[in-house]
Amino acid sequence: MKILVAVKRAIDYNVKARPKADGSAVDLANVKMSMNPFDEIAVEEAIRIQEAGNASETIAVSIGPKQCQETLRTAMAMGVDRGILVETDEEIQPLAAAKVLKAVIEKEQPELVLLGKQAIDDDSNQTGQMLAALLGWPQGTFACGVALADGGLEVRREIDGGIQTVKLKLPAVVTSDLRLNEPRYVKLPNIMKAKKKPLDTLTVDELGVDVTPRLTLLKAAEPPARQGGIKVPDVATLVDKLRNEAKVI
Amino acid sequence: MTALVVAEHDNAALNPATLNAIAAAQAIGGDVDVLVAGSGSQPVADAAAQVAGVRKVLHADAAHYGHALAENLAPLVVSLAEPYEHILAAATTTGKNVMPRVAALLDCAQISDIIGVESSDTFIRPIYAGNVIATVKSADAKKVITVRTTAFDPVAASGGSGAVEAAASADDAGLSEFVGEELTKSDRPELTAADIIVSGGRGVGSSENFAVIEALADKLGAAVGASRAAVDAGYVPNDYQVGQTGKVVAPNLYVAVGISGAIQHLAGMKDSKVIVAINKDEEAPIFGVADYGLVGDLFKEVPAMVEALDK
Ligand SMILES: Cc1cc2nc3c(=O)[nH]c(=O)nc-3n(C[C@H](O)[C@H](O)[C@H](O)COP(=O)(O)OP(=O)(O)OC[C@H]3O[C@@H](n4cnc5c(N)ncnc54)[C@H](O)[C@@H]3O)c2cc1C
Repeated sequence: MKILVAVKRAIDYNVKARPKADGSAVDLANVKMSMNPFDEIAVEEAIRIQEAGNASETIAVSIGPKQCQETLRTAMAMGVDRGILVETDEEIQPLAAAKVLKAVIEKEQPELVLLGKQAIDDDSNQTGQMLAALLGWPQGTFACGVALADGGLEVRREIDGGIQTVKLKLPAVVTSDLRLNEPRYVKLPNIMKAKKKPLDTLTVDELGVDVTPRLTLLKAAEPPARQGGIKVPDVATLVDKLRNEAKVI
Repeated sequence: MTALVVAEHDNAALNPATLNAIAAAQAIGGDVDVLVAGSGSQPVADAAAQVAGVRKVLHADAAHYGHALAENLAPLVVSLAEPYEHILAAATTTGKNVMPRVAALLDCAQISDIIGVESSDTFIRPIYAGNVIATVKSADAKKVITVRTTAFDPVAASGGSGAVEAAASADDAGLSEFVGEELTKSDRPELTAADIIVSGGRGVGSSENFAVIEALADKLGAAVGASRAAVDAGYVPNDYQVGQTGKVVAPNLYVAVGISGAIQHLAGMKDSKVIVAINKDEEAPIFGVADYGLVGDLFKEVPAMVEALDK
């Protein structure tokens, strides 16, 4: 089985994003970027399936500017066999990302595609589901467990009430939730090795995909700030404030 | 202009989150229809018809709709989509699973997790863990939307008199199968619907120690929540997680105990009316959003609070 995993270059999870002063966009100047944390989990899962002897090849795909090469190198340093960058400076919204990935998948013919459940920049939580729709494949979203089971895939999913298990036919799309695994740390020798792994570059035009954004950002604003609160000296004061000032208990 | 709201339910009762999604549909304006797709789901269709302001209920009942599998539900929604300009669902795990599949099949963008409606094509939604509030305009003929339930007051569950119409079922896509469910059982209020929430973090230290949090929750009639760290460590089940990538809550009172206040956690609770933080580190970022902060050891302060509430 060949596995393809999609990785997005996104704001680092330790950075607090801010809108630009003129409200036209999010201010990403000089902001630290990393692989979207959920995609790291997806990469880890692909590698684990391969290490268990159930995958012949693992391929990472990223869509975006030249710097996404770094994201792909990270995936390869973790253990993925090769990388594909679909290079573009256009804004790629989830539907466009799904269409680009579909075009790559038609070339590569993987049987399993792994993605993060959501990117921590636009928080859309759409691309995996859209990709599955466009391919006509089943989807195992918010996965916390993936197991190959008699020719199909059994996926445990984190849902609002607990855990749901579904069985999917292959090929399938799976999106990772936080508890799927704990991604490995990249070791220095593997970073060196990753530099020698193949990294192909494609363009959106070559793939023949229309990536025109469907949503226009009219305004990026700060959220309303909370009024500063107070420190209370003890529990008695706290309970009194909650009863008589805030009147919430 | 007409909107279709995809109802969420367990074939017996309508999930209250649907009432918030209907409220968002009404905020857009125009008529609102509701789709109930399920198996043995007549009681849900009847309940949806009672909801204030619902024009009619489309009811599709077949075995393969029993568990809201996206592979089956999405084509059904698409087959019914023609007359609708807006198609909405609550941004629950079900809505998040199904709606992007609907959007892609319609070749539309999805507008995720809206918290406000500016006009019929322009919506407000949080991005970057709620640190930026985006106003976005859709260029698509149909708008597929998920709704952040805390941002829209629910419509009344009764008072309506919508008609129930049978909708033709689509075939079983045969791609996926429901195997089973392990649902967290609790007598406490549901997290996203609770008036008061007491949440514990890594500071609680173990699953046994969570009894301290539960005792306070029970005293207050509250739901119990948690940070990601507490869930990852196995102190509590996954569905307790509050935050950017867990549940978003906005109760009247949120008590954060042994939680540092990472941006990902704040994203899920900072719209609560009143926030209390109990933490032994006076520098913890959670105090930056707390209305009332108590610096101290949770194992002393929380039992003391339970006692003080008795007085
Ligand atoms: C992709 C991604 C998504 C994430 N999504 C979420 C999410 O949805 N929700 C979420 O919560 N987090 C999320 N996180 C994790 C987040 O970044 C933090 O790691 C997490 O919220 C920390 O949890 P915590 O506050 O319980 O633990 P810590 O940060 O370790 O804080 C523990 C706190 O307990 C206090 N404490 C310890 N002992 C005591 C005591 N005896 N008495 C009183 N106080 C005590 C400490 O002072 C400290 O402030 C996400 C992270 C990533 C990368």
